[in-house]
Amino acid sequence: MSGGEASVVLDVRLRAGAFTLDLRETLAARAVALFGPSGAGKTTTLDAVAGLRRPDEGLIRIGRRVLFDSRRRIDLPPYERRIGYVPQDLALFPHLDVRRNVLYGARGPAAADRAGTGGRDREHGPAGAGGRARGGGPGGPERRVARAAVFELLEIDTLLPRAVDGLSGGERQRVTLARALMTDPDLLLLDEPLAALDLGLRDRILPYLERVRDELGTPMIYVSHAADEVRRVADWAIVLDAGRALRSGAPADVLEGPAGR
Amino acid sequence: MTAEVAQVTGFTVLMAAVATLVMLPPGVALAWLLARREFPGRTVLETLVSLPLVVPPVATGLILLKLLGRRGPLGALLEPLGIEVVFTWKAVVAAMAVMGFPLLVRAARAGFEQADRRYEEIAATLGARPWRVFRTVSLPLARRGLLAGAVLGFSRAIGEFGATIMIAGALPGTRTLSVAIYRNAELGRDAAALTLIAAAVAIGFAAVYVSNRLGAAS
Repeated sequence: MSGGEASVVLDVRLRAGAFTLDLRETLAARAVALFGPSGAGKTTTLDAVAGLRRPDEGLIRIGRRVLFDSRRRIDLPPYERRIGYVPQDLALFPHLDVRRNVLYGARGPAAADRAGTGGRDREHGPAGAGGRARGGGPGGPERRVARAAVFELLEIDTLLPRAVDGLSGGERQRVTLARALMTDPDLLLLDEPLAALDLGLRDRILPYLERVRDELGTPMIYVSHAADEVRRVADWAIVLDAGRALRSGAPADVLEGPAGR
Repeated sequence: MTAEVAQVTGFTVLMAAVATLVMLPPGVALAWLLARREFPGRTVLETLVSLPLVVPPVATGLILLKLLGRRGPLGALLEPLGIEVVFTWKAVVAAMAVMGFPLLVRAARAGFEQADRRYEEIAATLGARPWRVFRTVSLPLARRGLLAGAVLGFSRAIGEFGATIMIAGALPGTRTLSVAIYRNAELGRDAAALTLIAAAVAIGFAAVYVSNRLGAAS
């Protein structure tokens, strides 16, 4: 596969009890789906990419930016990985309102005051420079994803003053997505983002995901066990089972097999 | 007599409040450590922290006296600084803090354990370094446990007797409610003792009431 900027290397071996995850994939696509039944290792994979679980060995790289390399003993902490994680359980902070949730990890001009004093403006990790330049000037770091664009895209302006526990399932989903996007991530990890929603709501949220993919251009890894979602959102799919990739390729090709539904 | 009640009650509440403030930072840090980290010696540390709950308070007081006395290892360190602890109000605070500490740590630890670790993980993926995660996620999510721990530690401090009498004595300047009740009863001044008991009951009632209200809210 091409070693282009958007390529993601997912080379992970991880044992947890009787379960073994063994992935060796290089992904050049912008929206990649991890497809498979529960227990296949999908969430474990996302946790490994986000730095929440340490692989026993392997290499995780986004573009030229190495997040984990067991041979070179590189293991960036989660807060330096620039990953936007939308977990299955959503994990919106219950003690913060929507605005403070969304802005928790915000990078960019309005967060510039923090950028000056905190560690946000640091050099990139031991892996060296990342795929794209980030200015650190007084105007704030350069963003690929504009804050206003995220608000508009996900239509969350009116939700901002509200409490988290008053949100509907679909609203929570949009807020969580916005919170992840506000960090201007190099890669978006979406763990079954639609699983908790009923069918009607799913069809209303799917277009938001498609807009994030098409208009913001943030690369994403999308975990799902629903073949129709994968066909709509992803341009590359990996079929996982029991910690191994059975097939990978264009969704239309790999989802016809027995694991598809 | 009423002047004595007011003086002793005020002194006791003030000392217990200071003791709570003193034990809060190390107590919260230790509670977080026990709730969130695996490290060698963890179980031993856990047991040590709880020890003042099971050792007779008088024994704890005697140990403190040996440690903080002028020739004790800690007292010898403090003396050149001009800090004298034994038989002063500082000894009262030390006794109260040591005796209240286990209760504070236990409740605070439960508070941290009840908060889903996932929130902390997600905060880290959003770019928050460990200290910011602790301040903005762990602490607020554990606030009920922390409050309960502070109230418990404070209440234990109010009632402290055994360790206090060993290390602070029953001098006019170190006399807490418990010590004053004992002294008055010993001298046959039952009426004075009863008034002090009423004050102790009122403070205890207020502390438990406040902690229950805090528990019911949010």
